[in-house]
Amino acid sequence: MKIVVLIKEVPDTWGERRLDPGTRRVDRAGSDGVLDEIGERAVEAALAYKDGAADTEVVVVSMGPSSTSILRRALAMGATSAVHIVDDRLVGADLGWTAAALAGAIERTGFDLVIAGGESTDGRGGVIPAMVAEHLGVPLATGLSTLQISPDGIRGERTADEETLTISAALPAVVSITERMPDARFPSFKGTMGAKKKPLEVLSTADLGPKAAQVIDTAARSIVVEVVERPARVAGPKIVDDGTAVAQLVDFLSSKQLV
Amino acid sequence: MSNILTFIELTADGAPRSSAAALLQRASQLGTPVAVIAIGPAHRDAAVTALGALGVEQVAVLASESADGAVGSAQTDAVAAAVDAFSPTVVLLPHSAEGRDVAGRVAARLGAGIVVDAIDLRADGDSVHVTTSAFGGAFTVDSVVEGGLAVITMRQAAAGEAAAAVQATVTELGSQQSTPAAVVEARTGGAAASGRPDLRSASVVVSGGRGVGSKENFALVEQLADVLRGAVGASRVAVDSGYAAQALQVGQTGRTVSPDLYIALGISGAIQHRAGMQTAKTIVAINTDADAPIFDIADFGVVGDLFSVVPQLIPAIEARTR
Ligand SMILES: Cc1cc2nc3c(=O)[nH]c(=O)nc-3n(C[C@H](O)[C@H](O)[C@H](O)COP(=O)(O)OP(=O)(O)OC[C@H]3O[C@@H](n4cnc5c(N)ncnc54)[C@H](O)[C@@H]3O)c2cc1C
Ligand SMILES: Nc1ncnc2c1ncn2[C@@H]1O[C@H](COP(=O)(O)O)[C@@H](O)[C@H]1O
Repeated sequence: MKIVVLIKEVPDTWGERRLDPGTRRVDRAGSDGVLDEIGERAVEAALAYKDGAADTEVVVVSMGPSSTSILRRALAMGATSAVHIVDDRLVGADLGWTAAALAGAIERTGFDLVIAGGESTDGRGGVIPAMVAEHLGVPLATGLSTLQISPDGIRGERTADEETLTISAALPAVVSITERMPDARFPSFKGTMGAKKKPLEVLSTADLGPKAAQVIDTAARSIVVEVVERPARVAGPKIVDDGTAVAQLVDFLSSKQLV
Repeated sequence: MSNILTFIELTADGAPRSSAAALLQRASQLGTPVAVIAIGPAHRDAAVTALGALGVEQVAVLASESADGAVGSAQTDAVAAAVDAFSPTVVLLPHSAEGRDVAGRVAARLGAGIVVDAIDLRADGDSVHVTTSAFGGAFTVDSVVEGGLAVITMRQAAAGEAAAAVQATVTELGSQQSTPAAVVEARTGGAAASGRPDLRSASVVVSGGRGVGSKENFALVEQLADVLRGAVGASRVAVDSGYAAQALQVGQTGRTVSPDLYIALGISGAIQHRAGMQTAKTIVAINTDADAPIFDIADFGVVGDLFSVVPQLIPAIEARTR
């Protein structure tokens, strides 16, 4: 079984996250890039299967301009090999380009199952997995909070907006997971040392095949025209409850016509 | 802008989901909404009637047995076929689990441009400007789609005044070359109907965190929500500790809410929680720790024990509203 895991570098949510109004992109200098928490869980889901089926190959794929440190981290956790898509032509890629590029790399690598995060913590779009599945022409199971993998299919629970579904699909397929899935393992010292010797392939758009090229050349695309920073919120009164807090709070709410 | 294709999510028996009304109102501000649905043949007429009751004049229907058995497949085909039939410039979908799957598949299939989780739309000649917010509302982003069809998912919002009911005109959609889909094996009934407004579009949200202490104590959060006719929310710790259902989580990895009033009870205000609620118009926080970061963004803060403040607050608000 060959499992491809899509991982993304995002600004650390514990730090200040910024968009640069000049370039209209994420300000990568403003915050440390880390492997998205949901991406770690996606890697964990693949490794958990590999633990019980040693002939499983886990390939981590990421597209982005930055360093390869998140790929090395996934290799240290136990992934078999890594693919990094990086090309100046892809600077400012929208969702359409990103999905086409990822699909091109996945096709080139070969796959039985693709595991992605449900939503990244910076983009939060949550549509890349669906777009990738359509490009690959395979079933899609998003938002899984449980995932059972077997040699010929997947099954999992999906809490959609108003109900919980048990869904299944034959392989090959694309799935995305939620943070209800188990926490990721930490890389061991041995894993970290070994990661340096594992294969890490770097791809440019020229390697991604004709379909990706077609999207990049001809599809409609979304363009960011303006980024505006919202003024920070200013805190209002903060009172210590001395027995009158409720009366003051009710007055405040009624002054705002909220009660 | 002429035809605005509007994807409507349906329950298995053909009732429009709560996202429908506000989405249709958005569409009618840009042009003529054409509601697109995929539904099992048995519930087709009920669905069309229900959409007419929401004021929809045109409905494009793909009647298919697989509409609720194959995840998102007939829905994607319906939207793709409706794009062929109506040549719209914009397709609107709700930014929900199903809406996102359909939007992603349609955009990839048709080579459309896609913008997701929009909070506002504005027509400008033949193009549409889409407003989204980034990093929990810290930034506002304006985008346009160039070179073809725009597929846009809208963040759920409260619906305005209902449009007058009409008799909808129906266009039948032909089946398409589907992509293989996942299949539904079982459904376990929706979240128990609480009678409360939907968290994503409620105008008041009362949320509880670790400070609430237990599932039993969470009743206090619910009671305050009920006197304010609001929705109930929770921090991730409250969800992880089993005090509240996962669907109620507010924050970076939960729901994003922008109510008129957000009340945080026993929530410290971690950056990931704030990312889901800091665009609320008015924020009130009750917390025993005067240094809790939630107070930095609260319009009114009470440094106090929620178990003493909230039981007094509930009757005080009831007395006002009576
Ligand atoms: C990648 C990532 C994503 C995350 N996503 C989310 C998310 O979507 N949503 C989210 O909420 N969190 C999220 N978190 C977790 C977040 O960092 C915090 O851990 C969480 O929000 C804390 O929840 P809390 O405020 O309920 O608990 P705490 O931080 O423990 O705060 C409890 C508060 O209750 C107060 N308190 C205690 N007793 C009382 C009392 N009797 N009366 C009044 N106040 C009292 C305390 O003073 C304290 O301030 C995420 C974290 C990560 C790393
Ligand atoms: N640039 C990228 N490189 C690799 N994977 C990505 C990238 N963007 C999105 N993904 C995958 O798609 C998931 C959902 O991302 P998004 O649609 O951006 O919310 C992520 O958790 C990743 O698994």
